[in-house]
Amino acid sequence: MDSFLIRFKNPLVLIAIVLAQVIALAMQVQRPVRGSVPVPGAGGAPDNGHVALLRRWTVAVVTPLERAVQGTTEHVKSAWFDYVDLRDTRLQDKELQTTVARLREEQAADAEDAAQGRRLQKLLAFKEQYISSTVAAQVIGTSGSERSRVVYLDKGWADGLRPEQAVMTPEGVVGKLRDVFPHTAQVLLIDDASSGAGVVLVGSRIRGILRGTASGQVEIDNLTADSRIKPGEQVVTSGGDMVYPRGLPVGVIQSIAADPNHQPYTAIRIKTAADLDQLSEVLVVTGMQDTLPPAAQADAAQADATAEAGEKAADIVADKLPSLRGAAGVNGASGSAGGTGSTGAAGASGATGLAGAANPALPRPEPVLHPDRFSPGSTPPAVDLTPGGAAAPAEPLQPSSPK
Amino acid sequence: MAEHSYSSRRELDQYGFHPAVTVLAPLVCIVLQAILPRAFSRLDILDLPLIAVIYFAVARRNPIAGAVTGTLIGLFQDGLTGQPFGVNGIAKGVIGYIAASIGFAFDMENVLNRLILNFGFSLLQSGMLYAIGRWLLGDASYAARPLHELTRAAANAGVAIPVFYGLDRFRVRE
Repeated sequence: MDSFLIRFKNPLVLIAIVLAQVIALAMQVQRPVRGSVPVPGAGGAPDNGHVALLRRWTVAVVTPLERAVQGTTEHVKSAWFDYVDLRDTRLQDKELQTTVARLREEQAADAEDAAQGRRLQKLLAFKEQYISSTVAAQVIGTSGSERSRVVYLDKGWADGLRPEQAVMTPEGVVGKLRDVFPHTAQVLLIDDASSGAGVVLVGSRIRGILRGTASGQVEIDNLTADSRIKPGEQVVTSGGDMVYPRGLPVGVIQSIAADPNHQPYTAIRIKTAADLDQLSEVLVVTGMQDTLPPAAQADAAQADATAEAGEKAADIVADKLPSLRGAAGVNGASGSAGGTGSTGAAGASGATGLAGAANPALPRPEPVLHPDRFSPGSTPPAVDLTPGGAAAPAEPLQPSSPK
Repeated sequence: MAEHSYSSRRELDQYGFHPAVTVLAPLVCIVLQAILPRAFSRLDILDLPLIAVIYFAVARRNPIAGAVTGTLIGLFQDGLTGQPFGVNGIAKGVIGYIAASIGFAFDMENVLNRLILNFGFSLLQSGMLYAIGRWLLGDASYAARPLHELTRAAANAGVAIPVFYGLDRFRVRE
């Protein structure tokens, strides 16, 4: 026995090492995580106790070094951008001013739609969730592995970050927090194979589940072929997964193809709005609320005022252009003067056939070539009709004078 | 004139390292591996910790030491990913063992041998990671990408040459 152990010492040690890790793998994969939110692709759930501790130790060793490198890089970058690379600043300033002017115009155009949307939401008692607080964080490192799409942030538990919080950039969704350590947090990117999110296709309003793939792509793989789904269509979060707030941009449909491994479903590949390969700063959504946050409320009030001002401007224009209201007044006067009754200008002009005297802004039917009892103006007033009497004659009636 | 037997040649090419180098060199490789893809996303195709495992295993010529070194480096790498502990631990442990076992059969001072060894072990690791992901973890999304893995192996082999020369400076003959 001893000779066997001595002779096969090396392979036995290797077998023991591998076996121990296989058992450890099995335990990690089998154990469910208590209290974790069930999301599509549940592999993105936080670790359980012992594993989390091991990961915390690993991260505690590596992240200070990453932070130091990141800090040095940022100092060099800021020195360059703040003092050296100012050549194009004036040009950029002009471009920005143009952009601001354009955005103001767009804001004015959108203000009325937004106000109308809010009114409708209020009418329908629609429970909207708004982002109330975010924490800006910097990406300091990655997992270093192509098969695990994970990045590390320079903020952690101490800064109010918690697992399962959404992470985004101004462009769109980035991922969610997986493990949160005291001063660092691990973000599971949406292109990771264990990642998932509920999404809506903006044009067709079709709901789907977004998943990452092992090759780092992002796909919707639970939809069957549908002619309404087209490349270029925008994809936003649905809010149904309770992780990502509703309406965050995810990306656009890049391609649609049959999924050979998953028939009859299609693999709808998404080009993410956020550049997941070049992340430097991100926002972590740390709070949601039912009402608009104060700053957004102020913006909404301003938008309402803008919309109202737009309506008032229309009234002022109408007041200052007598042709708009004068024409209606004249028509009304002529109708009354012509003795066509108090049915109004349109009715009067229609009855008398005085083309040209009516308000030109109002649509009028074309003159009838072969009138019948359905032609406009052919129906006699109700007071002239007899219950059970004969039908009206086919020829158009002359307008009756008031009795 | 001393007559060199098979075992004495093995002992002749056996090297040791200062404990600080043993700890810091893999750590630097792991940190660089974590930082570089942030600046250049394409660099995530590299596996610097794998190069460190191969180098130390081949230099020490001790299969158990190679397996332990590979396992520890792999587990450390797993700690930074979202994967369970053991994925890289198993793969790199096995590679450390094999590299130490067959290393004496190669003249590791030869650049071509170093290239071939790194290329081969990179492919072997890709195969093991695929097997672990697909069968042990039951993740059906793992797909075999032969061309991509060949590219990865070539890139690793190319980067391994300067890394090996850098680490050669810290080795001491035992």
